[in-house]
Amino acid sequence: MIARISQRVFQQILPHPILSVALFMVWMLMSSPAGTGHATIALIVALLVPQVMRALEPDRVRVRSPLAIIRLLWRLFLDVLASNWNTARIVLGYRKRTRKAGFVNIQLECSNRYALACLAIIVTSTPGTTWVQYDRYSRVLLLHVLDLRDEDDWKAILHDRYESLLMEIFP
Amino acid sequence: MLTAPAHMPDLPMWAAIAVTALCIFGALLALVGSIGLKTLKTMYERLHAPTMASTLAMATIVAAMIIYFSFAEGRLTLKPLLIAIFLTVTTPVTMTLLARASIYRDRVEGREGVPKDDM
Repeated sequence: MIARISQRVFQQILPHPILSVALFMVWMLMSSPAGTGHATIALIVALLVPQVMRALEPDRVRVRSPLAIIRLLWRLFLDVLASNWNTARIVLGYRKRTRKAGFVNIQLECSNRYALACLAIIVTSTPGTTWVQYDRYSRVLLLHVLDLRDEDDWKAILHDRYESLLMEIFP
Repeated sequence: MLTAPAHMPDLPMWAAIAVTALCIFGALLALVGSIGLKTLKTMYERLHAPTMASTLAMATIVAAMIIYFSFAEGRLTLKPLLIAIFLTVTTPVTMTLLARASIYRDRVEGREGVPKDDM
């Protein structure tokens, strides 16, 4: 009983704990070197802004499996390096004749909005792929790929490398 | 003889080399991205090039800033990380918006090579 009441109180004060922590840290970074005054303002912002967010009624963000987050970031880091290298070579005229760009339709499996937002960031921040369109009813994603090779199965690439991890993080 | 101006902080040699190398690498990468923006053929291909400037080039320049300002202020300064965070989070919005606008126009005008909106 007491546990439930304290849980309710906790949810009233901190409706979005991750957002509060993120706001606090961004505010402290922005006002660094931060003293106690800055910390107080950061605390007030971190407590008040999530209350405003409550009016917008976004879905609660639940994040699981920190290990998967680290693995995802590492994979993204490697892919950003590789795709930057590939795109730079294409821009500088490598494989000008044989390269063809084109669109790819991919059937996605996850429907969590936050996972999709992360996937959009991942797809955009690897040069060579662009997120064009996503239909939330059929869950089909339209990608544009700069270097479309026949042997690449983009559904497998996107799903195995990122979507499966994102589904672990956002259940 | 090349001497640092008076207002420059005293960087150790390795830090000066690292800052310079990271800055130049980032600038070159951004330059390649800009060349791609000019030379690639279609609108969708051109969208890919500037992402190089907003990902790896941005990351190396932010790293250079962190090293430089950490020495200039005499303590670890992570403020430039905010640039990386906000740029990474906001770039997909503009990119997707541009791609969507472009594909909408191409579909309305009935151009070839664009997938139909059969979703």
